[in-house]
Amino acid sequence: MTNEAQTTKARGFIGVLTRLDRRWIFLAMGLSIAVPILLKLRFPEYPGPMAKATFNAIEAVPEGSTILISFDYDPASAAELQPMASALVHHCASRRLKMVFTALWPLGKQQADRTIETVLKPFHPEYKEGVDYVQLGFQAGNEGVIKLLATNLPKQYPNDASGEAIENLPLLEGVEDLGAFKLIASVSAGYPGAKEWVLYGNGAMPDAFSVVAGSTGVQVGQLLPYYPQQLEGILVAVKGAAEYETLVEEKYPAPDSTVIGQGRVRMGPQLVAHLLMIGLIILGNVAMIAGRPRGGAR
Amino acid sequence: MMQRTIPIAILCLSGTIMVAAYFLSFAQSWGETVTTWFNILAAVALVLGAGNLIAVNLEKISSQRAGWGYAAITLASFAFMLVVGLLKVGAVPDPKHPGVAFAGSYESAASPFGWMYEYVMSPLTATMFAMLAFYVASAAFRAFRAKNVESILLLGTAFIVLLAQTAAGMFLTGWIPEDSAFAFLRLDHIKTGIMNHVQTAGMRAIMIGIALGIVAMSLRLILGIDRSYLSKN
Repeated sequence: MTNEAQTTKARGFIGVLTRLDRRWIFLAMGLSIAVPILLKLRFPEYPGPMAKATFNAIEAVPEGSTILISFDYDPASAAELQPMASALVHHCASRRLKMVFTALWPLGKQQADRTIETVLKPFHPEYKEGVDYVQLGFQAGNEGVIKLLATNLPKQYPNDASGEAIENLPLLEGVEDLGAFKLIASVSAGYPGAKEWVLYGNGAMPDAFSVVAGSTGVQVGQLLPYYPQQLEGILVAVKGAAEYETLVEEKYPAPDSTVIGQGRVRMGPQLVAHLLMIGLIILGNVAMIAGRPRGGAR
Repeated sequence: MMQRTIPIAILCLSGTIMVAAYFLSFAQSWGETVTTWFNILAAVALVLGAGNLIAVNLEKISSQRAGWGYAAITLASFAFMLVVGLLKVGAVPDPKHPGVAFAGSYESAASPFGWMYEYVMSPLTATMFAMLAFYVASAAFRAFRAKNVESILLLGTAFIVLLAQTAAGMFLTGWIPEDSAFAFLRLDHIKTGIMNHVQTAGMRAIMIGIALGIVAMSLRLILGIDRSYLSKN
């Protein structure tokens, strides 16, 4: 092939790239997610230091202690956060920890309800509402809710989500503030969330309890400055959920891996989608470099 | 006069109490009261938000502006959820209080409110979020270009994090022993280094700057120097 022919062919390929309709990119992204889901692609997960730190923080809580889990996200982020929330509740219940559920997001309460229905009730039927777990639900006020919980829990939550007065709930008998909990876990998609639990919860009582967080990928940058002192562990996005699920499954196998295992299921599409993104970035740059005028200004 | 003096006095008092409550134990209960006011105001803000949603969309419909049909759907959905939620339409009676009318949860899946949440709102919001993947892919192809040193650094970091956040990171560099002298070349180690050192250092600088700004701004508000939050009238 002559140099001229090669140049013409390259121009043709570059031309296709520069004029590429974005609908082809949408199609490629759709396939890169759909095909691994349909083929049920699964890959081994190797837990990283943050997932191990989260797992160990929960393992360090004495059996029978009371902990607080805050559902600070809504259905928009559930694809990323629900797998880690499910694994977290299963892990805590397997360790016989008593759980108090709250929500700083209006729809966080529904996410907590869903976790209770799909994880707590079927896998741990011995857990009784009011005795082993309490659903306090959502309260408006963002960080104001945490500030009041830190000094006066009954004032912030006089009733649980079903309207039952908390003095009638054995689990919350004598609980005055956040100091009653051994660990606080926030599964968080943004403001208000894990950062506020560190600032206003841990900040008010630095030695009373540990704090761990499950976070979306975009938000984790705001949480990293607090790790590992104020935040003992962070689960970062679906990858963090998959690593944590691996640790939990090793020690506390769940009866149904389709519930505690969604993080690992989602790592297949994530791998192919990430590789597609890298390929698209490389192709975009190839098109830019090849399209530059030769010898001209850059 | 009163329109400006009273809000400034409330702000000054509330701010001072909140600062005092942090340092003085006897002021803690005052702080709790102020925080309760704050939480009540935050709940009222939700009502204000709903009122604003109605006003903006009604205006759009009445002036027949572009996309007024969507405004009508928004208002109809809002009204439907409000009515079935407030009136607890279809809610199953609460087994704990079977004799008390309206004691059942409006959120149960058996009620229209719960059904709409479970089968309409959840999938719709998840769909909106999922669509980001398509637009990010398109933007990465068109805009993520290595035009200078800064963008090359950004690209390199993106490649490392993208690979290390999947099993590809382990396939490519997982064979390097954890305890060898070359372990720093493992993608998971490089990613951890980027996140724990480079990103954290930058984020700490930003957060300290923001915190100092908040302290300065709070002082200006408490002392009544900054009054930009008040109405010009």
